[in-house]
Amino acid sequence: MVIKVLGSGCANCQKLEALATRAIRELGIDAQILKVTDYPEIMAYGVMSTPALVIDEKLVLAGRVPSYDEVVTLLKRSAQ
Amino acid sequence: MDPFYPLQLLADWLTYSVFGLDKASRLGLSVDFFLFDVPKVLILLAVVIFFVAIIRSFFSPEKTRKLLSHSRLYGGNIAAALLGIVTPFCSCSAVPLFIGFVESGVPLGVTFSFLVASPMINEIAIILLFGLFGWKITALYIVSGLVIAITSGIIIGKLGLESWVEEYVYQIRMGDAGELAEQTWPEKLAYARGYVGEIVGKVWPYVVVGIGLGAVMHGYIPNDFLVKYAGPGNPFAVPIAVLVGVPLYSNAAGVIPLVSVLVEKGMAMGTVLAFMMAVVGLSLPEAIILRKVLKPKLIAVYFGVNAVGIMAIGYLFNAVLR
Repeated sequence: MVIKVLGSGCANCQKLEALATRAIRELGIDAQILKVTDYPEIMAYGVMSTPALVIDEKLVLAGRVPSYDEVVTLLKRSAQ
Repeated sequence: MDPFYPLQLLADWLTYSVFGLDKASRLGLSVDFFLFDVPKVLILLAVVIFFVAIIRSFFSPEKTRKLLSHSRLYGGNIAAALLGIVTPFCSCSAVPLFIGFVESGVPLGVTFSFLVASPMINEIAIILLFGLFGWKITALYIVSGLVIAITSGIIIGKLGLESWVEEYVYQIRMGDAGELAEQTWPEKLAYARGYVGEIVGKVWPYVVVGIGLGAVMHGYIPNDFLVKYAGPGNPFAVPIAVLVGVPLYSNAAGVIPLVSVLVEKGMAMGTVLAFMMAVVGLSLPEAIILRKVLKPKLIAVYFGVNAVGIMAIGYLFNAVLR
């Protein structure tokens, strides 16, 4: 699984990255996390508000830092 | 009845019975003011931010963009200013938001109406104004903010400044986000609770310091002390207030409690409104972020039109609200 955290490096993007890192560790999912900070690339996913989360090239969340439980739900849903 | 009356009783009891301060003393007045205002403002913040988070979960910049694309001057500006209030947006997303709007055909002037209204009509400012000044001043603040956002967007639209946007912006093509799963109600509620914790956790020190300073002034500075310097008679008070407000950006939570005391000591209401709008609406960090997509001339126009609008509101209310 490839997880991308989209955002220009603001505090919220780092929070989202930390949540995703914790979630894959605790769920034992084999995934790598990539940071996307380049605006044209962020916009190519149709995202206007950061931070955003892309799992296996599909956008699943944009514009807010979710709760840890929500990240877990999103990861489980995408893993199926 | 004032819903905060029990808090006043508690503050009075603590100040005059537990601490044994004299009711007529300056220290007593200051302590009582502090003990009443701090819990009142924090409760207001927590409650309103919770509902703001729920309301905002129904909006997103992506939906707003769809609504505004191919909108026209005037009507588009009004819609953009109103959507600016409810669309969740942080200035760290200003660049992707700007590119996304331009890419989907939102006119430049309409985009600016959104960019002006969004920070200016700020939920924390609204709550604090309501709690400390009442609904009339709060309504004036919201209406003035909308008027400035709409008119500055119309002016920028009329000036035809599209060439003052960095060229690469027009080359970016946005992908299709597809349908994001809607948050479920439990998720919305959990998110709103977390958001309250985050915001109140961030702003409470400013609230305490702001109210603390206000409390000292409330007790120790004579009423009408500021009439001579910041009253309606001083024509320089408004521009000075705007200049002082700019570097205080994002500290609305600390500034507004302080301002409520400045009013009590004689500062004119129009000057106060201009000051608060400058604090939340004229942001140097946002200008620096927007430099990535706007040429310096356009940033100057954006800031200038905004600042002139804020000062005009200040003078207008100083003349009207006597």
